[in-house]
Amino acid sequence: MKIAVLVKQVPGRDGVLRPTADGSWFDEGEVAFETNEADTYALEEALQLCERAGGGEVVAVSLGPERVQKSLRDCLARGAGRAIHLLTEASTATDPYTTATRLAALLKTEGCDLILAGVQSDDLSSGQTPLLVGEFLGMATATLITATELLDGAIRVKQELEGGWCQWLTLPLPATLGIQTGINRPRYPTIKGIMGAKRKAIATVAAAELATAPPLQRLDHLFVPRKEKRTVMIEGSADEAASRLVAILKNDLKVL
Amino acid sequence: MEILILAEAHDGALHRMTRETVAAAQALARDTHLTTALVVLGAAPNAVADAAATLEADELLVATDPLLASGDSDLMAEAICQVVRAEHPTYLLAGHTYRARDLFPRVSARLAVPLLADVVAYEMATEGPRFIKPMFNGRLRAALVPNTARPVIVTFQAAAYAPDAARPGTPPRRDLTLTLDPARARCQREAPVAPATGETVDLSGAERIVAVGRGLGSVENLPVVRDLAKALGAELACSRPVVDAGWLPQSRQVGSSGQTVAPKLYLALGISGATQHLVGMKGSAHVVAVNKDPEAPIFDLAEYGVVGDLLEVAPKLTERLRA
Repeated sequence: MKIAVLVKQVPGRDGVLRPTADGSWFDEGEVAFETNEADTYALEEALQLCERAGGGEVVAVSLGPERVQKSLRDCLARGAGRAIHLLTEASTATDPYTTATRLAALLKTEGCDLILAGVQSDDLSSGQTPLLVGEFLGMATATLITATELLDGAIRVKQELEGGWCQWLTLPLPATLGIQTGINRPRYPTIKGIMGAKRKAIATVAAAELATAPPLQRLDHLFVPRKEKRTVMIEGSADEAASRLVAILKNDLKVL
Repeated sequence: MEILILAEAHDGALHRMTRETVAAAQALARDTHLTTALVVLGAAPNAVADAAATLEADELLVATDPLLASGDSDLMAEAICQVVRAEHPTYLLAGHTYRARDLFPRVSARLAVPLLADVVAYEMATEGPRFIKPMFNGRLRAALVPNTARPVIVTFQAAAYAPDAARPGTPPRRDLTLTLDPARARCQREAPVAPATGETVDLSGAERIVAVGRGLGSVENLPVVRDLAKALGAELACSRPVVDAGWLPQSRQVGSSGQTVAPKLYLALGISGATQHLVGMKGSAHVVAVNKDPEAPIFDLAEYGVVGDLLEVAPKLTERLRA
């Protein structure tokens, strides 16, 4: 069984992001990057599916600049068999349709049984790429998946609905799934895994070489949101702040 | 040249987020001088069509097909594509609901049109509307511009517009026909399953809520926030990462995949304020936030804030409250 996992490298969730002067992207200079959280769940699910099936190969795929190799190496350390790096500048990959077109062009020849990806990335958060890739490859698709069960030539999955409801669906293979956070507990890479990862292959393909359509949307500019409220910041030690806050809750907000 | 608003059903009635989308559509129509049409698709969507018929729009389009009863996304996507090919809209708007997330990328792929998902506003620029969307865990916003492919699909975030802002009206109704092929449905769907009973917590009725996020650090620290909630006479809630880590049950989750709350006091501890959480609590009367990161987006919503470690601040609060 072959499972491709689409991972994206995104800015770490803590820390300030500053738009560039023209707002076309953010200043990557001091930013620490990490693998998108939902994608780590997708990778873990792929590894578990292979384990449950008694074998298979997990291929990690990422579109982005040179730095995404670190995320791919991490996927290899956790158990992916090989990786493919689609090289492109992050600031130009802001249209999910174009990104999905390129990923689909790459994966067309791989012959995967499953393609997994996190439901959305924490950077652009468009949440479309997994479904678009599946559509372009003519696969059955579903997103917001919180459990998987491999059957013969099919996969039964649990889909999250509104208000805590869920629904089980059965999709024929090959299929593409958008994996929701919390589906499993992602494993940590072991020392053995980290050492072994150095010997595993990362193939690099220039994204521009793949057949692509012109973007359907563009990111005009990024900006820091204007504060909706003027927050009163309470200074001092934990004790001083607590004391002040209780007084505010009692006397100003009158919620006690 | 029109703005189509795709209605969604919730518990057999018109979804609240459809009303919010209608409010957005009415504003966009005024700014772009386009007409509006509400579209109701379903197996037997009478209640939804009746509710839609009370909202101001230039037309109400209704199409039924028994094959839509299962809620299959592939069939609904096909139905939407048929309506689009017949009506040639400029915009296709909808609420960014769970179903929308599984549905609209399919429409975007099949029609080769842009999907601008989970937007909170639009602004008029010389070349037309630009759509504003929070990104990077709420730290930045983006102005997105579609290319020339039409229709532009836009889904609106919960509570970006007020449902009551949708003006009432009596749109004339026109019935459409669909020809759906059951073979287009690739998934088999079982009956939907209700949330697991066990601990059902109704957070929506709570006057005070203490909500904890990733900043809790580990499940061992739970007593710190439980004690504070008790001292405050508040319900304990959390953001999604806390549930994903298994520290608290899903029944205590606030956010897009949990409960929506609007208490008098929402005390957010160690919660960064990413979009998915904010949509569940931005109706709160008073928000107070404690977070180690002074740039955390939660502070944009908070009336009062403390930059600090919840593990230090919370016990002190509990102490003071008990005194």
